[in-house]
Amino acid sequence: MIGKAQLFTLCLAALMATAAAGQEAVARYRIENGAIAASLTGVPGDAARGRAIVVNRQTGLCLLCHAGPFPEERFQGTVGPDLRGVGSRLSAGEIRLRLVDSSAVNPATVMPPYHRIDGLERVAPAWRGKPAFDAQQIEDVVALLAGLKAP
Amino acid sequence: MIRQAAMAVALLATWPAAAQTDDMANPAFLWVEEGKALWSERPRPGAKSCADCHGAAETAMRGVAARHPAFDAKRGRAMLLTQRLDACRVEHQGETPFEPESRRQLGLAAYIALQSRGLPVAIAADGPLAKTVAEGRALYTRRIGQLDLSCAQCHDDLVGRRLAATAIPSGHVNAYPVYRSDWLGMGSFWRRLGNCTTGVRAEAFAPHSPEHVALESYLAARGNDLPMQAPGFRN
Repeated sequence: MIGKAQLFTLCLAALMATAAAGQEAVARYRIENGAIAASLTGVPGDAARGRAIVVNRQTGLCLLCHAGPFPEERFQGTVGPDLRGVGSRLSAGEIRLRLVDSSAVNPATVMPPYHRIDGLERVAPAWRGKPAFDAQQIEDVVALLAGLKAP
Repeated sequence: MIRQAAMAVALLATWPAAAQTDDMANPAFLWVEEGKALWSERPRPGAKSCADCHGAAETAMRGVAARHPAFDAKRGRAMLLTQRLDACRVEHQGETPFEPESRRQLGLAAYIALQSRGLPVAIAADGPLAKTVAEGRALYTRRIGQLDLSCAQCHDDLVGRRLAATAIPSGHVNAYPVYRSDWLGMGSFWRRLGNCTTGVRAEAFAPHSPEHVALESYLAARGNDLPMQAPGFRN
């Protein structure tokens, strides 16, 4: 049997663990000149893993709105800009900011914030307190997109 | 293979629009038949059917769906057509409310909505319903979910753009309840709303919740004068 005091301690510990996890869920970063210049993790992104994320319609969701140089993927979206050549239009740091929190660039954007959890309302329980991408996933996608150069 | 799939999608895109007005080709009419039977069915011996009080649906229900959601003065709140059905069941038939999205609920709603087909949507949005409509509008423009999107951002600003294979529609509710190929079944606006809340990773709204009623009231009101299409047929 668990006593009331023990139950309280357990709940408190669970709450604290949740709070700690919430703090760690999103990496710290600094925005300068419309970009996040520094890597969120210090670990270089992997473009192949980034590609797997981008074409995955459950994880990345990218191709729901964007088209890009992914010829095997049918039914790419026309909501956002085409990703072909994005690595020539934007620096890696500019791409990183647009993935992390595009509303910092354009407050009216329809681009979801992939690495922000503050200021969100009515998030489904399964996603609450979690960013859409973790910090390394952001770096992997940055590595892919920064390499999509215009011909 | 891919080419065939693309052609099938192109065909599907035009198919429901044509089939919606051909009752033999619109799968929603399987539900309508059920609703028609329910109209004159007595839930228990001695209990009243819809027809016992209202008479023929073709005359008694003409225009009713086009006027809903409507403000109910007796209850002092906005009511959806399906809430009106539940009220009748509880107060006049001694039954329990319909199970949301059940065949019987959708069937009866579809049968009643059919009696307004072609009539202009006629929501009394300036009267006591105005407050609910305004609440719905506020919800419609509020960003929600992990993806931080409002209804308006897609269904006002990006209408016609493609979200993967699907053209973003303009958020009208004059065809509900609707048969959708991607559901392989019938659903209310509430079911469709759930697809969007899931999509933006937001907490779902409960059926007949104040939020559901407000959103549907706003969408119905801004579709005033459009012809009623229910029961609709969509991809």
